[in-house]
Amino acid sequence: MTTHTQVSLPLPVLPEGWSGEKDFKAIGHVSKSTQRSIEPVGPHFLAHARRARHKRTFSEDDRIQAQENAKKVEDDDSGEISEPEDPMMLAREAKDWKGQDHYAVLGISKYRYKATEEQIKRAHRKKVLRHHPDKKAAAGSTEDDSFFKCIQKATEVLLDPVKRRQFDSVDEHADVEPPSKKDAKGDKFYSLWGKVFKSEGRFSKIQPVPKFGDKNSTKEDVDEFYNFFYNFDSWRSFEYQDEDVPDDNENRDQKRHMERKNNNARKKKKTEDSARLRKLVDDAMAGDERIKQFRQQANAAKNKKRLDKEAAEKKAAEDKKAAAENEARDKKEAEEKAKANKEQGKKAKEAAKAAVKKNRRVLKGSVKDANYFVAGDPPAATIDAVLNDVELVQGKVDPDEVAALAGKLQGLKVADEIKGVWAEEVKRLVGAGKLKDGEVKTLV
Amino acid sequence: MSAEEPTTNGAKPGERTAIGISFGNSNSSIAWTTPEDKAEVIANEDGDRQIPSILSYVDGEEYNGQQAKQQLVRNSKNTVAYFRDYLGQDFKSIDPTHSHASAHPQEHNGTIAFTIQDKEEGEPSTVSVSEIATRHFSRLAKSASDFLGKKVTSAVLTTPTNFSEKQKAALIKSANDAGIEVLQLIQEPVSALLAYDARPESKVADKIVVVADLGGTRSDVAVIASRGGMYTILATAHDYEFAGVHLDKVLQDHFAKEFIKWNGIDPRENARSLAKLKLESEATKRALSIGTNANFSVESLAEGIDFTSTINRLRYETIARKVFDGFNRLIEGVVKKADLDVLDIDEVILSGGSSHTPKIASNMSAIFPPTTTVLAPSTTPAAISPSELQARGAALQASLIQEYEAEDIDQSTHPAVTTVKHLTHAIGVLSITGDSAKGVFTPIIAAETAVPARRTIHIATPKEGGDVLVKIVEGGSHIKVTKTEPKPKENGNKDDDSDEDSSDEEPEEQREKVWKVGNVLAEAAIKDVKKGGKVEVMINVAADLSVTVTAREVGGKGGVRGNLAAP
Ligand SMILES: Nc1ncnc2c1ncn2[C@@H]1O[C@H](COP(=O)(O)OP(=O)(O)OP(=O)(O)O)[C@@H](O)[C@H]1O
Repeated sequence: MTTHTQVSLPLPVLPEGWSGEKDFKAIGHVSKSTQRSIEPVGPHFLAHARRARHKRTFSEDDRIQAQENAKKVEDDDSGEISEPEDPMMLAREAKDWKGQDHYAVLGISKYRYKATEEQIKRAHRKKVLRHHPDKKAAAGSTEDDSFFKCIQKATEVLLDPVKRRQFDSVDEHADVEPPSKKDAKGDKFYSLWGKVFKSEGRFSKIQPVPKFGDKNSTKEDVDEFYNFFYNFDSWRSFEYQDEDVPDDNENRDQKRHMERKNNNARKKKKTEDSARLRKLVDDAMAGDERIKQFRQQANAAKNKKRLDKEAAEKKAAEDKKAAAENEARDKKEAEEKAKANKEQGKKAKEAAKAAVKKNRRVLKGSVKDANYFVAGDPPAATIDAVLNDVELVQGKVDPDEVAALAGKLQGLKVADEIKGVWAEEVKRLVGAGKLKDGEVKTLV
Repeated sequence: MSAEEPTTNGAKPGERTAIGISFGNSNSSIAWTTPEDKAEVIANEDGDRQIPSILSYVDGEEYNGQQAKQQLVRNSKNTVAYFRDYLGQDFKSIDPTHSHASAHPQEHNGTIAFTIQDKEEGEPSTVSVSEIATRHFSRLAKSASDFLGKKVTSAVLTTPTNFSEKQKAALIKSANDAGIEVLQLIQEPVSALLAYDARPESKVADKIVVVADLGGTRSDVAVIASRGGMYTILATAHDYEFAGVHLDKVLQDHFAKEFIKWNGIDPRENARSLAKLKLESEATKRALSIGTNANFSVESLAEGIDFTSTINRLRYETIARKVFDGFNRLIEGVVKKADLDVLDIDEVILSGGSSHTPKIASNMSAIFPPTTTVLAPSTTPAAISPSELQARGAALQASLIQEYEAEDIDQSTHPAVTTVKHLTHAIGVLSITGDSAKGVFTPIIAAETAVPARRTIHIATPKEGGDVLVKIVEGGSHIKVTKTEPKPKENGNKDDDSDEDSSDEEPEEQREKVWKVGNVLAEAAIKDVKKGGKVEVMINVAADLSVTVTAREVGGKGGVRGNLAAP
């Protein structure tokens, strides 16, 4: 056997935990296949045939079936019928080749710049088969061969990439006229202009060219389209329309003059073409609802922003105002409350004072009610002594204690009971260290 | 010649003398296989291995080959040339362009014929193209018989891939009528490929080959998948606009203009002058394939004026650039048509007379990557002469099958045998590169391989050996393009080729073929591989696309084997 292919990149390590029955795991199967014809040639084929035949005999039906299944490799040439030939075109003179429509001459005017080289070659061959002068002569026709020369010229131009480009540059038949405003309405706007720009796009050095799109195109796509066409890099050139430069060497000056003239004409046409395209793009853009829509959307967005801002500002102002008002109100309330509090405090104090006065009156009244703890009319000295002691006790207690004492004394009429309350109070005060024992004499 | 009994039923296999014949519009070649199994092209009695496919009649005497070609100057009306493609065609579908300077084809009884004075006396006869071809075959067979010393009975013939059944039938009939049994018709590009592959030094390999057959009046290109010595044509293209005669035309116009400059006479306006101009232009063109300078010399080119000139190769390559570019586009186009990239092409075989041209070969080397072998005399010293490939391949095939009964050959080449399933994806195994844990696809069986097929590889294991995973997957390839910015100018040497740098601003494109892992088919474990051990993986795809995977350590015992059902 032959030596096997050696592969130096190693196999991976078996993953941890991999398992398969008898160390094998079937997972998928081979993708579908193509039926093709192998060439019945060479020693290896003979070996294959021996295996494949198995002493069988194949029939004509087998042949047809097998041939139908096999993938075709040769192109079917019979299709592609040439376009009808215009008698005017057939009558053309080859010397006017510059003015001829090379694509029409070859019967591929529906392809034009899109025709592949293979299509051109095939179209040419078809035309040769039909128009070769030797065939016509053999068939007894005496027609001249000028159309055949047109065919040859067309092929020469179209099979030469440089010449073809020059011709395609000025091939007006491939142009698509911009639509009128009237026609370009609604969805038609997009389909009609789309065709215009598809055709213009053929001149672009950069391919593929962005599409015009439709009403559902995104803003990015539309922007990209217009940017592309406003910065269009065109290979279009105009030497095909040059005037003939005299070929002889005699007329050098004339020749140079013509060349200069041609050069200037080319430049001028190129400039005009750029301007033309620019205008085309301007026009399309001017009528482009999407642009308007995007602008409106942009405006709306901008407006919304402004309104939002204004609203926010207004709200902020209002908030501020409200806050200030609140603050003022709070302040005022606080002040009022403080004032009220103050007034209330005053009243309370006055009330307390009044209560103290009243209570004092109760205290003094109590000893009076107890007849100064004597029987009969009390002498002035006793009254003074008792009232002095009452004042002494009063001086040692706060208004609350006065009130409490007054409370106990209130309503008491019996002198001993009154004296008992007083004595208790004196005792409490002595206990609290506020009075010295014996300091109050008359109330105990 | 025509008195011979046609042997349409074929000779007995044991008694055959079989050769290979390539019959082109411009030239024909005959070849045989030596007892050492080497194919050799036979020179005719004039010593020519490329025999112009031309017949000419002078005073009733028939000339062929180079002698007939010379008659294009004085006796063009009785000379028949460039007729191969007329066989089996109706008048409507032939292109008579190349017969313009010789006998014109005409419609005759629903076929094509020529009116020539082929007898010494009497009226000119109308001879069908079939009969012309028969006479040509007879001359070829006679040359071969003379050389071999025994009568040639049988032959394998080559045909363009776009020959119709009718054309094939007509070709067979013409050969039969010349007493040649046609063992088989084989495709021209396949024959060329076989001529290379049958050399003892060639190895059977899986490869994609482009065969560019650049002839005199047409160029035919085919992309062929060669898998284990079996061939499948993936795409073809045929071109009648860029071929040898168009290179001749460039030189004709060049020298005509030069002649006009000196003499004020256009030699293209007179048929005889034009014929001389053509012949010498072709000779000059051929000389330019060998030398870097060539002479152009014609006695009495026009109005009795002799003309001598020279041209160098560079000038020629400049003025013929459009034609060369045409070849390039044609060949690149077929690769695309086959859904392939130039990076997929392993070999380019340049076949046909025009392929001797060094510029065409160097253009191929420029278009295809360095990994592609361009088989042409100027790029590969061991190349076979492009003019001989087809006849040699045919001779090899003839020697392979001459022992078979005609019926046997018919059955073996039956479409029921030749139509087979081909894999759409490569099948391979995952291996790992040093750094990444991700798998890299390594093909074992290539896409476009006819089934049944079996391939085996030996694959390395991690340094320490141990347990390894054999993961069988399908793979698809695509082309990855990376744009590399031109290298920034190095500091310091500002003067050094600064011009070049600035003009070289285009980012360079780096194109590479990368595999993408597809469908997982199976996994197998090979355990305890010893240090430095290798694993053998064999994949066997049956005719119904079921798969058997076998994997084992090379030199080890046992191994793993498993099956995948047909899809
Ligand atoms: N050494 C050479 N250098 C360049 N061109 C050559 C050379 N030898 C032959 N040719 C050209 O090759 C062409 C003939 O090619 P070939 O012998 O393959 O013919 P063919 O297969 O009959 O072609 P076709 O059928 O396309 O006419 C002619 O144009 C001839 O001038």
